[in-house]
Amino acid sequence: MGKIIRVLVAKPGLDSHDRGAKVVARAYRDAGMEVIYTGLHQTPEQVAEAVVQEDADVLAISILSGAHEVLVPRMVELLRRRGRGDVLVLVGGVVPDDDVPALLQAGVARVFGPGSRLDEIVEFTRRAVEGSG
Amino acid sequence: MDLASRLRAGDAAALARAITLVENSDAGARRLLSELYPHTGRARVIGITGPPGVGKSTLTDQLAVEFRSEGGLVGVVAVDPTSPFTGGAILGDRVRMTRGAGDPGVFIRSLATRGQLGGLSRATGDVIKLMDAGGRDVILVETVGAGQAEIDIMHYAHSTLVVVAPGLGDEIQAIKAGIMEIGHVFVVNKADRDGADRTAAELEMMLEMAPDRDPGAWRPPVIRTVARDGSGVSEVRRQADAHWAYLKREGGLEEGRRRRAASELAAMAGSLAERHLLEWARISGAWNRVLDQVTERQVDPYGGAEVLFREYREAALLSRTPGNAGGREEL
Amino acid sequence: MSEDPGKTGRRDAFITVSGQAIERLYGPADTAGLEYQRDLGDPGDFPYTRGIQPSMYRGRLWTMRQFAGFGTAEESNARYRFLLEQGQTGLSVAFDFPTLLGYDSDHPRSEGEVGKLGVAIDTLADMEILFDGIPLDRVSTSMTINAPAAVLWAMYVVVAEKQGVSRTQITGTIQNDILKEYMAQKTFVFPPRPSMRLVTDTFAFGAREAPRWNTISISGYHIREAGATAAQELAFTLASGREYVRAGIEAGLQVDDFAPRLSFFFNSHVDFFEELAKFRAARRIWAREMRDRFGATSPRSWMLRFHTQTAGCSLTAQQPENNIVRTALQALAAVLGGTQSLHTNSMDEALALPSEEAVRIALRTQQMIAEESGVANTVDPLGGSYFVEALTNQLEEQAYAYFDRIDRLGGVVAAIEKGFFQREIADSAYRYQRRVESGELVVVGVNRYAGGQSSPVKLLRVGPESQRRQLDRLARTKRERDRRAVADALDRLRAAAGGGDNLMYPILDAVRAYASLGEIMAVLREEFGEYREEAIF
Repeated sequence: MGKIIRVLVAKPGLDSHDRGAKVVARAYRDAGMEVIYTGLHQTPEQVAEAVVQEDADVLAISILSGAHEVLVPRMVELLRRRGRGDVLVLVGGVVPDDDVPALLQAGVARVFGPGSRLDEIVEFTRRAVEGSG
Repeated sequence: MDLASRLRAGDAAALARAITLVENSDAGARRLLSELYPHTGRARVIGITGPPGVGKSTLTDQLAVEFRSEGGLVGVVAVDPTSPFTGGAILGDRVRMTRGAGDPGVFIRSLATRGQLGGLSRATGDVIKLMDAGGRDVILVETVGAGQAEIDIMHYAHSTLVVVAPGLGDEIQAIKAGIMEIGHVFVVNKADRDGADRTAAELEMMLEMAPDRDPGAWRPPVIRTVARDGSGVSEVRRQADAHWAYLKREGGLEEGRRRRAASELAAMAGSLAERHLLEWARISGAWNRVLDQVTERQVDPYGGAEVLFREYREAALLSRTPGNAGGREEL
Repeated sequence: MSEDPGKTGRRDAFITVSGQAIERLYGPADTAGLEYQRDLGDPGDFPYTRGIQPSMYRGRLWTMRQFAGFGTAEESNARYRFLLEQGQTGLSVAFDFPTLLGYDSDHPRSEGEVGKLGVAIDTLADMEILFDGIPLDRVSTSMTINAPAAVLWAMYVVVAEKQGVSRTQITGTIQNDILKEYMAQKTFVFPPRPSMRLVTDTFAFGAREAPRWNTISISGYHIREAGATAAQELAFTLASGREYVRAGIEAGLQVDDFAPRLSFFFNSHVDFFEELAKFRAARRIWAREMRDRFGATSPRSWMLRFHTQTAGCSLTAQQPENNIVRTALQALAAVLGGTQSLHTNSMDEALALPSEEAVRIALRTQQMIAEESGVANTVDPLGGSYFVEALTNQLEEQAYAYFDRIDRLGGVVAAIEKGFFQREIADSAYRYQRRVESGELVVVGVNRYAGGQSSPVKLLRVGPESQRRQLDRLARTKRERDRRAVADALDRLRAAAGGGDNLMYPILDAVRAYASLGEIMAVLREEFGEYREEAIF
């Protein structure tokens, strides 16, 4: 049996809008990936621990609360400290254009804003994981 | 340090990576497992099974916290179904494991069934060994809970908890059909709901009607819990401990070790034999010849299989290297 | 036979945004079963399909109520004063996530979230500043707050008292609709059963002490935003409404004592006719349910009054100016559907909180509909349209079909615990997204007509200094208050929570002593436990 891509879909912070996270999770599943969903209101520490334990290839962070500036860099840093700096980190949700460079700088591979296509998200993920594997 | 040493030293990332290798039947997995095998057999394995919607994940989470409070390390294996259409899966058990998930002493791994029936993933047995070698004292294995007869857990667990809840319709009927026999502790979860007393009474009655036990044999208790707020969970742990003590006292532990070893050995030997026979048949051309006869109704499948096996054995005897007919490395 | 004119069209099938098939033509046969008095009635008459007042907007326009709040209480207070100066007629308070979930701004989980998507309220001190200089006897205030609704309402009551405005004078709404939190919006704190007790405690308090206050706003808005169809929004919202009525009756209240204070809140999405038919169907269903199922005898119990917000999820980040037009059409549907109050989204809300300029345009949109378009000159101008009446009937039927399924599952709470709503909504959301991606549904500027540059929009940002100021004030308040009084009040609240007394009174005492929202909610969290949902896909 070959490698199956494992994606951890995380909702960090207090943001409770889970429509996007759930739609993206389904799209990954329908593309033959295994999606670990950790539920709402996760702390960065919980998310990082889950990525480690689940040996996820991808961390897909859904965030619509504006708390990305604080939470996303912290998660990336925690992953590095746990020896999982190789994880492909994606951010989806409402992120103003001005904030995108800082997130990319922090180690996020790509930010998917409102109106992103599922096909595009799935394809980008697959290419990035298979390209690095 | 190599992966096996890091894993044995308790490194969570190493354990996690090792599980991935095993799940993917990676080339390195076989060697890793045989390297770690001498260091397994230490952990206590508890299965948690039952119909969907009874609160297995929440109960598993609470039990993880219970066992943690004694200081040991806990491993959790949570299995969810793979979509038969896409091969993908959504693994959502962690959502209800928030208490344990905040504690690095609880290692939770979600597995997809990847086509395996019986309530577990094919890799479950190996994942348990890895967690065991990684120093996890108690390993909780939660089955899929898709409502089928999920009895595979009995091959891996020392103690099995069967969880039901009131108000789910024919839950008692459903468990009668198969998992009643494998339970060592019965849990009526969501016991604050209407109908809990009746559900518990029905379980007690069915246990009464079970075939005569030897005097001194284990009598499965029925425990009421509300996993959501933790009530009754420590009683479940006490009963699981009592069952563990019973196994130790009565020699069931040794017997179980041998039984589990036997079933694994039989399974491995069987699949090895099957693979070699089929590979030889394809390479030698016997497969297509016999398949044609079966298709044309000249031979029935059972008879065809006997022909294949006879020819295989003869070929193997001639080459005097039994089991090497295909000329390939095994497994 | 001549060629079927339905066979020649731009598309194979014509569907609404909810996926409902629409025919080429509607005619008398489609409304044959309709009886005017029984099914429509004049505006102001049972079953209120055509509206709840005889004169509707000729008498009084709908309340223009823009949802707003961000940063600290000072910043939001300034925005409210701006909106009132611009001709807005009611306030609508948005709280930040820590407040919605009952955490103080200094809680570790609040970091990075304070004041981000709404105003941060920790203690009465914040609430005093929020409404500083705003006369609470004249302005009505709607507060979008659910799990901690009783606490925020108590703060409002005390602020009004300090202004010299009594409980009997205050007007406004607390959302307080916890059921839809489990279904869709997900800002729940406690498990359903203790949550329902808090709701019925506010019903009883309102009936006794604050008769002009709407103690709940039963909300389909968030259900729709989470991806539901129009029929699901309608059905799930009214099913919740029935559940609240049952709970009130079970708590010993007389239906006509609290039912007139139940209000509703719907979404107005992009499909013009489907939306206005939805509003009409809602009124008819509610009137019949209240009169025939629950035996309410007061016409005020039968009338479904509702607030509308245009669909936030329909806004596009691409070509944001298009959102002005989109919102105008949605607002028009709400007005033609007979709404009592309306929020129009600002063009930049797919990206951030709205800037002052964007909010002004959104408010002007309502004013144009009210004062220029002429649609407010007559009541229910679309009533009697074959298409509108057929669609109204169809939505009503779909709602009743859902009621049956929900009842068979054992009611709304049982259905929530079984994940029924969550699954239905997740399925619809996924189908919608697939339809958009296949091009079956057109989103202008996104999957069609996507070319061209759009001018950059100036965004409102809430910086870290807001959080700092909020933390400073909270620390000061905690330092200066009477610690003994706080501890005593919290002890009394704990005792009441363990027993059966109405919790509004001990909450009022705690609030008055400057106990914080987080402290009050922590006591209730310990007593009631916290809710965790299953992962439903």
